[in-house]
Amino acid sequence: MAIKKFAVAAYDDEEVLFPAVKKVRHSGYKMHDVYTPFPVHGLDQAMGLKETDLHTAGFIFGLCGTSTALGFMSWIFTSDWPINFGGKPHFSLPAFIPITFELTVLFAAVGMVMTWCYLNQVMPGVKKHVFHPRQSDDLFVMAIELNEYTSEQEVIDFLKTTGAVETNVQVAEDSWWYGRWDKKEAYELA
Amino acid sequence: MHIKYESIVREPLVDGDKDYHQVTEDIISPIERKPGRMWYVGFFFSVALLLYGVFCVTWEVYWGIGTWGINRTIGWGWDITNFVWWIGIGHAGTLISAILLLFRQGWRTGVNRAAEAMTIFAVMCAGQFPIFHMGRVWDGFFVLPYPNSRGPLWPNFNSALLWDVFAISTYFTVSLLFWYSGLIPDFATIRDRAKTKLRKLLYGVASFGWTGTAKNWQRHEALALVLAGLSTPLVLSVHTIVSFDFATSVIPGWHTTIFPPYFVAGAIFSGFAMVNTLLVLSRKILHLEDYITIGHLEAMNKVIVLTGSIVGTAYLTELFMSWYSANQYEGAAFKWRIAGPYWWSYWAMMTCNVVSPQLFWFKKLRRNIPFTFIMSIVVNIGMWFERFVIITTSLYRDYLPSSWSYYSPTWTEVGFYLGTFGLFFTCYFLFAKYFPIVAVAEIKHILKTSGEGQKKRMAAIEEKSTEEFVHEQEAAHAH
Repeated sequence: MAIKKFAVAAYDDEEVLFPAVKKVRHSGYKMHDVYTPFPVHGLDQAMGLKETDLHTAGFIFGLCGTSTALGFMSWIFTSDWPINFGGKPHFSLPAFIPITFELTVLFAAVGMVMTWCYLNQVMPGVKKHVFHPRQSDDLFVMAIELNEYTSEQEVIDFLKTTGAVETNVQVAEDSWWYGRWDKKEAYELA
Repeated sequence: MHIKYESIVREPLVDGDKDYHQVTEDIISPIERKPGRMWYVGFFFSVALLLYGVFCVTWEVYWGIGTWGINRTIGWGWDITNFVWWIGIGHAGTLISAILLLFRQGWRTGVNRAAEAMTIFAVMCAGQFPIFHMGRVWDGFFVLPYPNSRGPLWPNFNSALLWDVFAISTYFTVSLLFWYSGLIPDFATIRDRAKTKLRKLLYGVASFGWTGTAKNWQRHEALALVLAGLSTPLVLSVHTIVSFDFATSVIPGWHTTIFPPYFVAGAIFSGFAMVNTLLVLSRKILHLEDYITIGHLEAMNKVIVLTGSIVGTAYLTELFMSWYSANQYEGAAFKWRIAGPYWWSYWAMMTCNVVSPQLFWFKKLRRNIPFTFIMSIVVNIGMWFERFVIITTSLYRDYLPSSWSYYSPTWTEVGFYLGTFGLFFTCYFLFAKYFPIVAVAEIKHILKTSGEGQKKRMAAIEEKSTEEFVHEQEAAHAH
């Protein structure tokens, strides 16, 4: 939601990236984020990120599915429109299990994916700043937020000592917005 | 950095000493090139087949189910056979993407994307059959439990056929979500290296604006794991419920408790065969032999010999039970199955499914690509006959000899089946052209542990004798 200035460092190996992340955290500079082309295990801990609660969301959505299915079928066959199927009980729980299971899975999966989209801020039409076009190819890219108290040159020099193969300063939108990926934004042209 | 130590004893999963960029280049560049002549020929042939299928189905809908060969005795013919066959094929994709993920099988990364795509397309094909079997297909929405002006009158939730509606629609949705959430980071890779404006725009939309931050990846991994955990019982439940269509009835030959596991094993058996059919061709045409190696094909052939043996055991168990139960109707059903007018379908099934996969006990044959390809077709012919045998030969000689009957399909039924091949391969050709058929990010993730480059570095250490190694270590630390 705001246009800010960033110092950007690109690393070409996880083995260089991990010590660099630790050094930056120790230095006290404000790490905006690290962009990697694939999941690097342990990077979240190294950056001090918390474990995600997405599984809990999935569990709750699953419970919603279970209760929707069981409640709905029981209500229909015992009170809304009871039908006699060959003298079997109206509330025939074993026969409700397959649909209950399917709805549990359906609710959990759909709910989790929607939560995932919401938390990650991903959706068709969403656009975000890409600090380096190779961050989804073979580079591990770290962005450090600059403010009026940090000297650009000092941060860049520091990043070079951590083993970065490329460093630069970029002005960028720090969050997401709706936009077309084939068009450049006003701040990029300026 | 990679703590996990992979010995050279294990075959590399990615051949060739590659770096991350090379992986991107190998998998993404076929998408950026114009497709070859083979692609156009295959694609337009598939579209033609699909259009012929549409014509046959239109004919059937206009004139009614009477245009099919089914009759009062044999109410389920090719149509339901094809339904079960396609849905079974889909199961291998979920097995590879979900169950092998939970088992931490590294080799799944090379084949999971294409296998999941196969699942989705196969389920799409399967869904057509029960829908058009309804006859008055425009009333098809009656199966959904929605508040209606007829009471509201609800569907029968105790019916195995309604369970199918829920199972298959859930299966399709969850498979699609699982597949697409894995594709998002790879679409971002294509978007970031796109040279043309149109490609940047389209893959920008398809990638949902993914940038791959550490937190995004953390959630991505959590999502994949939970979806795998959900899909595993789901895939088992889907074919179990399909088998309930038969097992909960009281028809001799159908009314058995062995059906759920037997159907699931058969589904995985035929599905792996279809994965082999597709991948043997795809790896060759798209030059992905380094990612879909002979080792991958061998692993799938091992699954085929295992599940083929389970299926064979199930056939024999069924035979034994029909004798041991001393039920004369059960006995008659199996007698007419083996030696009745449909004997040829039973023996085709036995040959293709029980005898031929046993050849995969030989390592030479498991690693032989032309043989794997031929076997993958043979297995699917066998599995088609299995469903035909179960459906038709359990029905055609029922309780009254006066209603005994024989069934053969008409041109509309055959055309409908061919049309689903058209649908399947049209989708697959589009997928192979526009989507990365190997999961790029996942390959990069295992590259440093299971790539050939890593194996070479390990080989230098592992092949040294103990004395030599110790001597070198001491020399290195001497000063």
